This record gives sequence, structure tokens and C-alpha cells, in this order.
Amino acid sequence: MVSAVFHTPLEGAPAPQPAATPRHKNSNSIAVSASQKSAEGQKHMKYKNTLRWDWRELALTVVPPLLGLGLLVGLWALVSISTGASIPGPVETWGQAVQVFSDPFYRNGPNDQGVGWNVLMSLQRVAVGFGLAALVGIPAGFAIGRFTFLGRMFNPLISLLRPVSPLAWLPIGLLVFKGANPAAIWTIFICSIWPMVINTAVGVQRVPQDYMNVARVLNLSEWKILTKILFPAVLPYMLTGVRLAVGTAWLVIVAAEMLTGGVGIGFWLWDEWNNLNVMNIIIAIVVIGVVGLVLEFALVKLASAFTFDEVKS
Amino acid sequence: MSDALTTKFIEVQNVEQTFKTQKGPFTALQNVNLTIAKGEFVALIGHSGCGKSTLLNLIAGLTTPTQGVLLCANREIAGPGPERAVVFQNHSLLPWLTCFENVYLGVERVFGTRNPGAPAETKAQLKERTDAALALVGLSHAAQKRPGEISGGMKQRVGIARALAMEPKVLLMDEPFGALDALTRAKLQDELLEIVARTHSTVVMVTHDVDEAVLLSDKIVMMTNGPAATIGEVLHVDLPRPRNRVALADNPAYLGYRKAVIDFLYTRQAHVEKAA
Repeated sequence: MVSAVFHTPLEGAPAPQPAATPRHKNSNSIAVSASQKSAEGQKHMKYKNTLRWDWRELALTVVPPLLGLGLLVGLWALVSISTGASIPGPVETWGQAVQVFSDPFYRNGPNDQGVGWNVLMSLQRVAVGFGLAALVGIPAGFAIGRFTFLGRMFNPLISLLRPVSPLAWLPIGLLVFKGANPAAIWTIFICSIWPMVINTAVGVQRVPQDYMNVARVLNLSEWKILTKILFPAVLPYMLTGVRLAVGTAWLVIVAAEMLTGGVGIGFWLWDEWNNLNVMNIIIAIVVIGVVGLVLEFALVKLASAFTFDEVKS
Repeated sequence: MSDALTTKFIEVQNVEQTFKTQKGPFTALQNVNLTIAKGEFVALIGHSGCGKSTLLNLIAGLTTPTQGVLLCANREIAGPGPERAVVFQNHSLLPWLTCFENVYLGVERVFGTRNPGAPAETKAQLKERTDAALALVGLSHAAQKRPGEISGGMKQRVGIARALAMEPKVLLMDEPFGALDALTRAKLQDELLEIVARTHSTVVMVTHDVDEAVLLSDKIVMMTNGPAATIGEVLHVDLPRPRNRVALADNPAYLGYRKAVIDFLYTRQAHVEKAA
């Protein structure tokens, strides 16, 4: 099953701020113990140490990511040189990127639009497909988690359908909706519904028995149980489902758009492949990555804002 | 109210509780018979695993017995309900609600809907009840705080306020002070004594603390070790109320009761570690 653990993309890198706090404290205590000479000397040493440590901490936060990025760019340049520039190098791609981003919202007909429009169109498809999936999936998850009968009824279906690649549903979508855009949305709907159903259901099943006993002793109505106990208790799990769903949807939209065409970042990438404009392909990859990162980060922030630390206490 | 109902307010008749486990059925309780009078304070004491919480859950209606009957006010206990309020061991407050909202949830349920014989109360009346309950446990100042922002003792007091605010016929407490430090525990015990004296509540409390049992109870129900635990002995504590822990500390009657409980727990039912 899917566990509800939140990982911030930036979790690995400790923020420099906490490291700065003890230094501040130390400098305060120096002022207090100023009369004790020996103590002061010791504290001073400590102060110096913490100051140096602080710089090291900062360096350790900033340098490794930069090194990683540098490694990537270096490898890229190496590949570019060794393939005789059939894959464009970082410098020329940068120049092209500046040009692409200098006018992201132009429109020269349906098949030639700025990168901004392409990203927005993809995001719109994800939003619609994902929104519909949330509308169906979250209530379904509540029902499946709350009522054992429904759980037993639908769990085999979910287990059967979940491993199917969402793109396998694309022909069905094209057939039923008779259009590329609704078919792409349909694919997003299918791929983002499973994490939300499953996580919500697991969350409902993991609501502490104590809270359910409270509900039973107070003889709360099903509506009160839902709004006062289940919903707040399940919210963190649900938001994990949402996060996973959005992540998957963003993965799938690129592939779906390659197949359906129209305006969208995935289509743009495929179109540039047909134009043999490799620099734009690389730019598209970076754009897809950045948008995915931003989505993930925003949803992690949202999830942690709604998690009650004292749930277990 | 008839005398019979007053003396036999809660009746536990030949109750047996068996749980299904992976190793087969496990009999937790067997042949349990107990009557509790109205306004009586009863402590259930025994080693851990002796089924005292199981018995409390049965009275609460959270579980149903595999055999036997439980009656409250001459009616079979078919399920949990606000007339048998429970104070849980780990307070079980909802962390996303303020203390006020936690108490209000129960008050609203009991008094906010139309009951036979009593019309639904207004929002102002419900609020008043909630405030009164919080004042009873001395927590008016923390009404707008969330459980995460207050101490363990305060949380447990909110739990008691939530239970009392529903004006239950019976107050069921499952080791309510077990997780607290000794000083906080003593303070809450004194508060509970006062509250019970004022509200004349019928209380059933699970405890493993001998002093707590003797100090608070009219009747101490001592349970034998599980599996298939049953009531080993019932001790009537005939100490005058109000009780004062300092005055009782060298009271020979108190010490006698204390000795009797300790004797039961550690001499006659001492083989607990083997079972565990």
C-alpha cells in the first residue's frame, strides 16, 4: 500500500537558519558571563568554533547541489563533443533557451505557439483531469475505507486496473470522446484517480480506533463523524494521494500529448523532434522538470500545513 | 426511582468475553457477575491483562459479550451511548478541535437534538453547558487552545469535562490518570472526588493503583489474572466522605483496606509475570 510520508524535495538540504540560531544564543551568554575571565575565554573559543561551523554548514548546503548540477552539465558537454555536436552543447542550448523564453507567449497558428502556451495548456489538461479524478476518487476512497463491504467489493477491481498504464486507456478515450483533448484529459483522470482512492481509503482505515470510539460513545451522526473526525484525520493521507496523483499526471501528460497532438509541452517536444530541433527538446525536458518540481514542492507545503503533529500524542 | 433500581443500577450477569485470535479463541473474561448501585464509585483493579479494560468496554457497550447480559437501569446495554460516557486512558481528544469544541461535540449531540421529554436546546444554552463543564475542571482559560498546546494533565481534564458535560448516568474511566506524573495524578484525583461529590455520579474506574482505588472508591472489584479472568473479591471501602489523602495516610481503616488489596494483588495473584 502507499504510505503517507511527506518528502520535501529540498529535505536533504538543511536550511542554514537553524545552524545560525545557536551562535546567536552563545553570543548572548557571553555577555552574561563576561566577568568570568576563564569562562569567557572558553566561550569565545566556542563562539569562534560555531562561527566557522556555520560557514561550513552553509558551504555544505550550497556546494553539493551546485556540484551535482555542474556534473550534469559537464557530462552533457562531454556527450555533445563526443557525438560531434549532433546533440547540442550547454552553451548553444542556453542561447536558444534565452531566445525561446524571450517570447514565451506568441501564436503563429495552431502548431506554432510559444513555450508558455504549451506549458499552460498541459497544466490545464492536468488540472481538469486531476480535478475530475479528485471529485470521484476522494469520496470513493472515503466510502471504500469506511465500509468494509465496499472495500471488499472494489479492492480487487482497483488491484486489477491500477497496474495498467494510463496510456493504454487512450484509445478508449479517443473512441468514446471522439477528440484528442478529452482523450488526454481522460488519460490523466485514469492515472490520477488510483493514488487518491487508495490513499484516502488507507487513511480512513488508519484513523485511530480511539477517535472512532469517541464517535461511538458520543453517538455522533455519520455526517459529524465525517466532518469532525474522518476528514481531518484523513487529510494528510489524502494530500499525499493528491501529491502522488499530480506527479503521475505530470508524467503522463507529456506522453499523452505526444500521441494526441494539439498544443502542449509534450506535443511541443515531439514536434521539435520532427523538426530535428534538439536544443528545443532539451529545453522542453528542463521545463517539464522544473514545472514538476514546483508542483511537488507546492503540494508538500500544502500537506505539511494540514498535518497535526499531535495526532499521535 | 425504585430501591431495586438504585441498588442494581448496573448489572453484569454471567458475562463471558472471548476474542478470536490467530491462535484460536482466547477467553478474556469468564463468569463475571457484578452489581453497581446508583451513585457508587467502583474501582476495577488487577494486574495488566486481567481484563479490567475489557469489562469496562463491555459496560460502555463498545464490545458485546460472547455470553451473558449487561444491564444499565434495567435495560440491556446494546451499544455505546452518551449516557455511559467514557474517559479514555489516552484522553482521545481530537487534535484539530479546540478544548471547547471537543467538549461541545458531545454536548451538541446530547442536548442539541430533540430527545423524548426534552426539546432541543439553543446554541447559547449548549455553549453555557460547555463553558460550565470546562469551569468544573478548572480549564476555562484553556478553552480556545488545542490539545497539542496543553499539558497531559490538562488534556485528561478536558476528557473528563467532555464526559461530564453530557450528564451521563454512568462515568466510565479507563485508567484515566495512568499516564500522568504522581503529583498531577493526586491533584486530579482530589478534583475528581470533589466533582463526584457534587454531581453524585456513578463511576466505574479501571486502575492499577492501589492508593487511587482505596482513596476514591466505595467498592473495589479485584480481578484474578487472565486468561479467563473473573472477579476474585469485592472489597467495600467504608471510609467517610469527604476523604482527605493526608488525613487518611495514617488512618488504620485505610491502611487495612490498602493491605487487603495489596495482599490480593501480590500474594494471591502474584504469578502475573509468568503469564506475560
